[in-house]
Amino acid sequence: MSETIIQMKEVNKWFGNFQVLKDINLDVKEKQKIVVCGPSGSGKSTLIRCINRLEEHQKGQIIVDGNELSEKTKDIEKIRAEVGMVFQQFNLFPHLSILDNCTLAPIWVKKTPKKQAEELAMKQLEQVQIADQAAKFPGQLSGGQQQRAALARALCMEPKIMLFDEPTSALDPEMIKEVLDAMVNLAKAGMTMIVVTHEMGFAKEVADEVVFMDEGMIVERAKTKDFFANPKNERTKLFLSQIL
Amino acid sequence: MININVLKPNNANFQTYLYIGSGLIFISIFDVILRSFFNINFSNSLPGILNFFLPLIIGLIGFQMIRLEYSGNRIVDKINQSVNNNTFNAGLTLLIIFLTLLIIPPASNWMIFEATISGDTKEACVATEGACWTYIKVWFRRFMYGMYPNDFHWRINTAFIFLIGFAFVGYFMRGKLKNYITFYYAILYPIIAFLIINFLISGGSFGLEWVETNAWGGLSLTFIVSFFGLIFCFPLGMILALGRRSELPVIRYISIGYIEFWRGVPLITVLFMSSVMFPMFLPSDAFVDKLIRVIAAIILFEAAYVAEVIRGGLQALPRGQYDAAKSLGMGYWKMQIFVILPQALKLVIPGIANTFLALVKDTPLIFVVGLSEVVGMLQMAKTNPKWLGYAMEGYIFASILFWAICYAMSRYSQYLELKYKTER
Repeated sequence: MSETIIQMKEVNKWFGNFQVLKDINLDVKEKQKIVVCGPSGSGKSTLIRCINRLEEHQKGQIIVDGNELSEKTKDIEKIRAEVGMVFQQFNLFPHLSILDNCTLAPIWVKKTPKKQAEELAMKQLEQVQIADQAAKFPGQLSGGQQQRAALARALCMEPKIMLFDEPTSALDPEMIKEVLDAMVNLAKAGMTMIVVTHEMGFAKEVADEVVFMDEGMIVERAKTKDFFANPKNERTKLFLSQIL
Repeated sequence: MININVLKPNNANFQTYLYIGSGLIFISIFDVILRSFFNINFSNSLPGILNFFLPLIIGLIGFQMIRLEYSGNRIVDKINQSVNNNTFNAGLTLLIIFLTLLIIPPASNWMIFEATISGDTKEACVATEGACWTYIKVWFRRFMYGMYPNDFHWRINTAFIFLIGFAFVGYFMRGKLKNYITFYYAILYPIIAFLIINFLISGGSFGLEWVETNAWGGLSLTFIVSFFGLIFCFPLGMILALGRRSELPVIRYISIGYIEFWRGVPLITVLFMSSVMFPMFLPSDAFVDKLIRVIAAIILFEAAYVAEVIRGGLQALPRGQYDAAKSLGMGYWKMQIFVILPQALKLVIPGIANTFLALVKDTPLIFVVGLSEVVGMLQMAKTNPKWLGYAMEGYIFASILFWAICYAMSRYSQYLELKYKTER
């Protein structure tokens, strides 16, 4: 029996007059892997950005690891330190080497001694198979290598939850596999993961459940097998017929 | 039978075109050299305008004849690509060469060959047409040290040697000390600099006679004002730039108000206010030295410009950098110090250098409050009854000084740009 680690209740969010999230209810248990899919503009990214409060929701409740996220949340940094995130555009710090990218937050946020942080960073970089690139700068790496470095950087904070915001959308096709492989390994190691992606192969292989979103609402949520075998909603069927 | 077509050179007779073309260009340049250096003009007999433009016409025909694409000769191709791709550019090239040749003889005559540097009085210069460097020589110490007593000039020199020495301390900081390098330059070094200038140049203790700031002047004062202006306006500008982008309305509006106010008023009125109006608001027994007031005014003024330059850099950073830093659990200050500012400042090195150069060149304005740095001393010297009529030499001297300082700063900023370049 595992605990619920993320709880979203009736979450609503507006950008100006435009409602991006409509009454989102989502529970994620520890070690669960959830894939969020849906057409572009359906609010997938906004949904997971709300989980570490990169976006603020206006109505409803989000509870992450027992802490409610609101304006009153004092130590939002502490919660963010437990929630790793990988972005579509990698967002590595271009002025720091790959190793420094990985050690910056552990040293200054978690106060890990420098030597220890570097050991951990090298271990994580080895996991994603770019330990030999540690001294280079992000601009010198390929897209796939940069994304794996970004994954290693997030893992160096030893987070409880990992969020992935379309991690392979900005990559060349032959680089997608190396990033997905790293993510599969991470899933096998038992990380709690929420992944926004269009890679249905990855969803089939890794996800426990798939969430389908459209127009800011969760249209369907089902076990992975059921989701692909017999989707219930018409909108889901249409979406699947288009991308599979 | 060689077929030569002046308007349409072709590759078949490349050698011939090359010989004739380069010959014509050579003749045109040679003609100008003869005119300007030896005052010989072969085309005297031609009508006035034709005579005047003859070298240009000959040169243009020459360039036209060597304008062959892909001739195979590397030098010719290089010339054709860079300066001879059409008649207009060829004309500009010739004009620049001719103007340089025409200016060199009179300028070098005036500045070097007919100039005087001997003697100690104006009489040494009366006999000649050239520049009177004697004037600069006699006034040199004034231009460097202002009215500072001659016997104490060593104090200014020692102070500057110390300042330069302490500036290089960071270079030798290794290992653990390296973590304190920013602290040293941002806080410790300005304090050390102030103490050195206070005790050595100002004096009043340790048996050194007190010299009031009114007597300071010349290039050393330019350096002192610029130095404190530069090191303090930078951090202040940085804080204002961050303030203007703050999410807290109070801080944002204070920053906007500050920046817009100081950018809206001319420096000269600010300096004037600092020396005339400001003391009126102080209690009668309070006293702030005039030089300090002026430097403070310059810092407050330039900080507004620096702030806007840095804000430009901050806005150039993609939002993803903020997202990434936040998602790693960094708070506002950690994010700014380790992620945002290092990138933003790197982007704005050219803009900052620009502002700093402007600051150095604005320092002569302090004459409005009665302080005379190098240009101020120049004004004084040129109106001295014994040395009337040598303003030109003085201004050229000042131009060379300022150019040297600014060029050094500009080169240093280019070096920094290269040093912090990490993308390839």
